[in-house]
Amino acid sequence: MISPSLISTVAIKEFKNSIRNRWVLAVSLILALLALAISYFGFAPRGETGFGGFDVTIVSLASLVTYLVPIIALTLGFDTIVGESEGKTLDLILTMPISRLELFLGKFLGLSFSIITSTVVGFGVAGLLIAMKSGADHLGDYIFFILSAILLGLSFLSLALMISVMVGERSRAIGLVIFFWFFFVLIFDLLLIGLLVSTEGKISSSIITALLYANPADLFRLLNLASIESVKTAYGLATVTKGKAFTQPFLYAGMLFWVLWPLAAGYTIFRKRSC
Amino acid sequence: MAEEIINVKDVTKNYGGVEAVKGISFSIKKGELFGIIGPNGAGKTTLFKMLLGLVRPSSGTISVMGSDVSEVWSREVKAHTGYLPENIAFYDHLTGLETLTFYASIKGADRSEIADLLDLTGISHAAGRKVGGYSKGMRQRLGLAQSLLSSPQILFLDEPTTGLDPEGIGAFYKILNDVKERGVTIVLTSHILKEIQDRVDRLGIIGNGKLLASGSVKELRTDLGLSPVLRLTVKGNTEGLQGVALKAGGDIQSFEDGTLLINCPRGNKMEVLRALMKEDDAITDLELLDPSLEDVFMGYASGGEV
Repeated sequence: MISPSLISTVAIKEFKNSIRNRWVLAVSLILALLALAISYFGFAPRGETGFGGFDVTIVSLASLVTYLVPIIALTLGFDTIVGESEGKTLDLILTMPISRLELFLGKFLGLSFSIITSTVVGFGVAGLLIAMKSGADHLGDYIFFILSAILLGLSFLSLALMISVMVGERSRAIGLVIFFWFFFVLIFDLLLIGLLVSTEGKISSSIITALLYANPADLFRLLNLASIESVKTAYGLATVTKGKAFTQPFLYAGMLFWVLWPLAAGYTIFRKRSC
Repeated sequence: MAEEIINVKDVTKNYGGVEAVKGISFSIKKGELFGIIGPNGAGKTTLFKMLLGLVRPSSGTISVMGSDVSEVWSREVKAHTGYLPENIAFYDHLTGLETLTFYASIKGADRSEIADLLDLTGISHAAGRKVGGYSKGMRQRLGLAQSLLSSPQILFLDEPTTGLDPEGIGAFYKILNDVKERGVTIVLTSHILKEIQDRVDRLGIIGNGKLLASGSVKELRTDLGLSPVLRLTVKGNTEGLQGVALKAGGDIQSFEDGTLLINCPRGNKMEVLRALMKEDDAITDLELLDPSLEDVFMGYASGGEV
């Protein structure tokens, strides 16, 4: 039997903590400034400045968010269990009438709420200003952009929680954070391109699809670059991303899967972990 | 006879081939203050963690309040126990009051208990301050306060006085006495026998993963056959003296630099003394050393057998 009140007790404590140590404020500010700067300087290569519309903003913003949000989420969550284990607060709470599942879920929900709040506030405030300056064209796409950015954050938070139960020391968790970020955000696409080049493109499209689904950062890119028709053509994505697998519902389902499986794997490890 | 609240039977624990606990059995009665004592690395902490359900025994059974906890701890049992870990740590950014409020909601305790416990442990004045700035003594008090949330029936205290000054230790046991009067069973560990021997009802000595002895301090003294030692300062030849002592039932422990140590097994003390007094020419000084449990314990601690 799972107790929702115990889960929320832990979640509220985690969320309050991110508010109190100004994590939420700092991340909101970073995201808002980033969105505004990109919108304002979006036309700089053409020698102009001034707020651009949502469509232009999303394209440049999405590629930066792919780098930034994963590392923000990983650093938020990587020490939530291993930190308490090293700090010796974990033993105590586990002797209390709360199950490991309740503790784990509570932590995930509390930290999720921190990510959701700062993403909505940061990109929301920036969105309002952009809408006031350049009109609300493509506002719908921007809202979906925020949603996908949240899912990107949550999927890497899930990975962070998994890291947090995999290792016994904080220092090793930091190592894994760097590895995961490097792998999913930087290396993965290089390997993918390498594969395409070395096989001279003769690789089946279902393998490419599967590989793209194997990386939440790629799903995020696809969601935001492929959703806007003009961009799709410009990036040459149109040919690669044909088919059902690249429709929004499937891509969102893919991201959701990336939120859930590391969480499930993390809990399975946590359940067996001796503290 | 009071009912047993904790029963440990043939419990072992292996860590990757290393036997940390090698078959321990004992029981703790309701309402008693039970001390588990042993040198560092004796298996004390492992045993304690098994009692708390943090570590599962490799074999054997542990029952707490009548339910088997070797596999899983039920919420019911957890709700009725309190735990103070060694060198307790808190979330440093929370205040004392927030810490207790958080733990109270996890343990399902009524918030009204908090003020009471802050009072009992004497940290009401610091309740609004962040725990990160607490002294060692105040942390220990806050730790005790959280362990007492939701009126536990059993308290587990792991090395509760480590790092406290003598005054702090005295104050800590004074609080423990109040707690004990409420009918709470207390299990505590220590590696300083002197500190707990006059305070516990019974104790178990752990060494090298085994329970070496258990019982009240008085029982232990008797069981272990601790004998007083006579320390004589002598001059000249002691062969005669030694012969007399041996004849009277004494046991020569050592002779060095004019100091002769004679063990007197229980009951033989006066006889040995009387016999020796007849040879008083050779003796310039005499002292009777009463053995302390500490000596026995130190014997265990250094790996020796008694």
